[in-house]
Formats: sequence, structure tokens, C-alpha cells
Amino acid sequence: MIILKGKGVSDGIAIGKLYFYERKQLLVEKKMIEDTDREYERFEDARVKAIEQLDALYNKAVEEIGEEEAMIFEMHKMMLDDEDYCDNVKEIINNEKVNAEYALQQTKETFYEMFSSMDDEYMRGRASDIKDISDRIMKILFNAPTQIIESEEPVIIASDDLLPSETVQMDKEKLLGFVTMYGSSNSHTAILGRMMEIPAIINLQDKLKAIYHDKQVIIDGFTGEIYIEPDNKTYNKYIEKQREHEHNKELLKQLKGLENITLDGRKIDIYANIGHISDAESALTNDAGGVGLFRSEFLYLENNDYPTEEQQFEIYKHIAEKMGGKKVIIRTLDIGADKQADYFAIPKEENPALGYRAIRICLDREYVFKTQLRALFRASIYGKIAIMFPMIISLNEVKKIKQIVDEVKLELFNESIPYNRHVELGIMIETPAAAIISDLLAKEVDFFSIGTNDLTQYTLAIDRQNQMLEDFCDPHHPAILRLIKTVADNAHRNGIWVGICGELGADAALTEEFLAMGVDELSVRPSAIFALRKKVRETNVSECLKAGILDPYK
Amino acid sequence: MKEFTYVVKDSAGIHARPAGLLAKKAAGFKSDIIIKKGEKEVAAKKLLALMSLCVKCEDQITIAIEGEDEDTAYTEIKAFLEENL
Repeated sequence: MIILKGKGVSDGIAIGKLYFYERKQLLVEKKMIEDTDREYERFEDARVKAIEQLDALYNKAVEEIGEEEAMIFEMHKMMLDDEDYCDNVKEIINNEKVNAEYALQQTKETFYEMFSSMDDEYMRGRASDIKDISDRIMKILFNAPTQIIESEEPVIIASDDLLPSETVQMDKEKLLGFVTMYGSSNSHTAILGRMMEIPAIINLQDKLKAIYHDKQVIIDGFTGEIYIEPDNKTYNKYIEKQREHEHNKELLKQLKGLENITLDGRKIDIYANIGHISDAESALTNDAGGVGLFRSEFLYLENNDYPTEEQQFEIYKHIAEKMGGKKVIIRTLDIGADKQADYFAIPKEENPALGYRAIRICLDREYVFKTQLRALFRASIYGKIAIMFPMIISLNEVKKIKQIVDEVKLELFNESIPYNRHVELGIMIETPAAAIISDLLAKEVDFFSIGTNDLTQYTLAIDRQNQMLEDFCDPHHPAILRLIKTVADNAHRNGIWVGICGELGADAALTEEFLAMGVDELSVRPSAIFALRKKVRETNVSECLKAGILDPYK
Repeated sequence: MKEFTYVVKDSAGIHARPAGLLAKKAAGFKSDIIIKKGEKEVAAKKLLALMSLCVKCEDQITIAIEGEDEDTAYTEIKAFLEENL
């Protein structure tokens, strides 16, 4: 038995096989070959296999998400059948007497260049399809795994770190937990772990080795410990601990249906943060009063191109209906920084967290923004949708957004498409700038939602993905709490409500402070709702205020 | 040889999906099928080339068909365009 220790960032116990996921860097070497026919045959075999894979993906997608979305695989299949593409590979092999991998690499570059240099934006986006199909064949030539989780049984994923696009692609039913070498407690691996209520351990550094692949392990998200090939005693102990954890979760559920009310009668809304349509179920089972943050960017990350109005409309309509009249606050596109999608073609930035992201993209690429707004307003008649805008720093941005919203409403009106005229519009307060001018912003919107993850990173000048800074990052820093208090005061002075939708919202150590500040809503991951309800029901706000709980933040 | 012109009405033009369907359709005939837009011309059976033509809404294209099954190809390709583009 080997024991490793990292940092537990999502509670729970998982027992299962470790699956080591390595992002393969396929290094293409140029090799001279003699038997060119044989070499082309290698390419041809790989191409046929790629088509078979796409067939399987297509069928799976038709079943799981529908024919429209599955079309992409059909398209890729047809691209792989293209004569010019295959001829190009063949010519390079024959003329230069080189290996199939090299010829494929050259062909990929030629066609990639052809599409990416086209005038038309849509066609430029097709360059990513060329990359995709070529990489698929290349992986087969290299014998590299094509799926992230190639396992029949559920596994514990081990990796250096995981990108959002990778976590999106994972088959959630096969995930028991995560362990990573790097990352921080706010990285996507951690957030996904907590969202899915599965354990996650980070920062194992090079103690986590590929040789542990396929070994039986136990991971303890509470303590950050990993047991590789555990002995019987440990195994039994953990079976018991796992049972206890489940029991505790059940206990919390006894609070189901009870009000979020303090001992002295103050009520607060507890909503759920969700990142995917499939999380709505978990929001409902955990008794969420609504959805306080629906992260629409998953729609963009899971697509190979801008999602269409229709595609988005279906999703928003679905979530609005699913929540059955409970409020659903949908945040508009928040791509950029650590969440990237190839087709946005965002040039490499020196400082992406301070760069081209979120509302900045929307105001710059108005067509992308309008498509989303149209879909949102169309869906607004199917439930109680509210819309919020991320990364605001100025009054002008808010005015511009409202102007675009009005244009979209007018368009829909002129097209006789029904929409709710009274959709609440709010903004995220996640930059120090927005917090400081929240008195001015409050006059323009219906609500504020404080995004504490970014607010913390921008206020403390600490990169939340940088694990070296973890010791310097104090999420309870008085600067942040002062800003939150300022925002809450400014909201209430102007008669609008204020919520918190960052990780801090679920932090029971601050619930008393938030209640004392008069925060109206806390939006947290579904699994944190009952714990928070318990905390609220044990709190006496007037006692807290009398004890001077807010004094340090005046 | 048979030839006809067509003005694309689909708002997205000949984007990836219809291009794929058109290439597939064209591949079903023995005849050579050429699509011209302005100075450029490509074989309709070749998907990537067809996409590279970048045909947009309201663009006029000319379709030239030559071969033993050109009559059937003419009727069917024309019907395909009218229905899908």
C-alpha cells in the first residue's frame, strides 16, 4: 500500500481503479521510406478506422443529443472522404518518399491554411474541423487513445491538470473522482468535483505517477489522501467512512422543504449554481429556490462553432420549464481567460484574465451577443428567466448592453415573436471597479450578483489557478468583505436585490456576515444547499449585529 | 453537356452541411459535375473544394454536367438545390 497526500478540494470518498489520463503530444517525425504503396495503405487503414469511429460517435450523439448536433460527425466523415485531401497525402508520400504521419501533417497544414485564410468568418471556423479530422487519423497512426476515459467501468481520473474543454468531454457516468498533480482549489477540476459531488484531490505534484494507472485506489476528498492498492484494514475502514458520509448527506436532506430562515426570522433565498442542463436535477433534489447562476458558456465549450439561436433557445426553454416557475438567472457568455473555445479564434494574450473575455467579447462581437439574447428572450415565456452580464467595469457598458437588449426586443416585437417584456436584468459584480461604482450601477439594473471568485482574484491580484500562491490567498480578506458590504448597501439604497454566486457564498464561516449585511440571495453548488440552510437556521442575525460582526468592514 | 444557373437563397449559403449533402449527391452520378462561381470552378464531388468556393446567400452559381447520366444528374441536382439551398 502506498499513501500519497495532496489537497482535498471536494469532499467524499471514492474507491475504484485509477485511470491515468495523459495528453499525448504527438511528435511527427519526417522519415524516409521506400515502400510508398505500403505507406499509403497505412494512411488508408487509419482513415477507414477514423470513419468507423465517427460513425459510432454519430450514432451515440443521435441517441443522446439529437440529429442536428450529431451532424458534425457526419460532416467530419464526409470530409475524410474528400478526394483532394486523400490525394494530397498520397502525392506527398509518393513524391517525397516520406512516412504517412509526415504527409498527413503537411496535408493538415495545407488545408488548415486554406480555410483559415478565407474571407468568410464561418468558413475560417472550418479550419478547426480540418484539425479535428487530421488529428483523429494521426492518433490512430500513433495508436494513441482517442477518448479521455476509455474504460468500461467507472474510474478515478488522474492527470497533470484538466482543461475545461476536457472535463466537458468526459462521460460523467464514468467518473468516481479526480486526482491531479497541479491546480488550485478554485480550478475547474475542483469546481467540477464539487458540482458533481465526487471527491477531488489536487496538488499531488510528481508523487502522482503514471505507473499507478489501473491500480485499485481509495481517495479521500476530506483529507486529501490517496491509498494505492490499499490493504484490507484500510479498505474496510473506508467502506465504513463512505457509508457514514452518505448517511450525513441523508441527514442534511431531512432539512428538505424547510425554510431558509434565521432564529430571529430573517429569510434568505438559497439558489443553485449550475453549469449544465443536466445539473438542474441536482438543483431540484437539493431544494434550490431557483438557479442563481446558469453558466451558459458550457453551450459554447461543447460546440465546435457558435451555437445557433435555435440550439440555445431549446436549452434555455428546457431549463426554464424544468425549474417549474422558479427563477433561473442565466449568465451570458463568459468565454475567455481560462475558458477557451478554438472557434472564437482569440489571439494569444499576454494576460488573458485581464483580457478579451466575457462581456467584452459580446460588446465587440455583437452578432454573437444578439443571438444569445434573442434565444434568451424567446425562452423567457416558458418560465421565470432573468439575465445577468459578467465582467462589468463601467456604466457605459451597462448602458450599451441595455441598448442592445432594447434592439433585440424590438426585433422580436417586429417579427411577432412572443417574449416576456419584464425579464429582470442584472450584472455580476466581480471587478473591484464595479464594486466601487455600484452606487451608480444600481440605478441601471434590477439586481446584482457578486461573483466572489473573480472579485477575489482581481482585488488581491492573485491568480486563482496558480497553486504557488495558495498560501498568500486569503478568501476572507477584509478588502473583499468590505467590497461586498459596499455593494450590498448600494443595492439596498437603490431598491434592488443583491446575491452572491461565487464559492464564498457556500462558505459557512461567512454566512453570519452575509446575513448581517442583508444579502438577499446566496447561490451555491447544489450539494452545499442543505449545509447552508442548516447554518442559516442556527443563526441569529440581531445577536450577530449586536456583537459587532460588521464592525471590521465599515 | 448540360448547364444551368442557380441563385442561392439559403441565408447561410452553401455552408458545411449542405456542401456535404451536395457532394454526396454529386458523387452518386458518373458524370463530371462542375460548379462555377465567378472565375472559380470546382468539382461538386469534392467537399473541401466546394466549401472553399464560399458560396453565400444570393450568389449566382453555374452548374455544368457532362457524362452518360447527365440528364438524370441535371434533374436531381437542380431539385436538390431548389429544395435545400
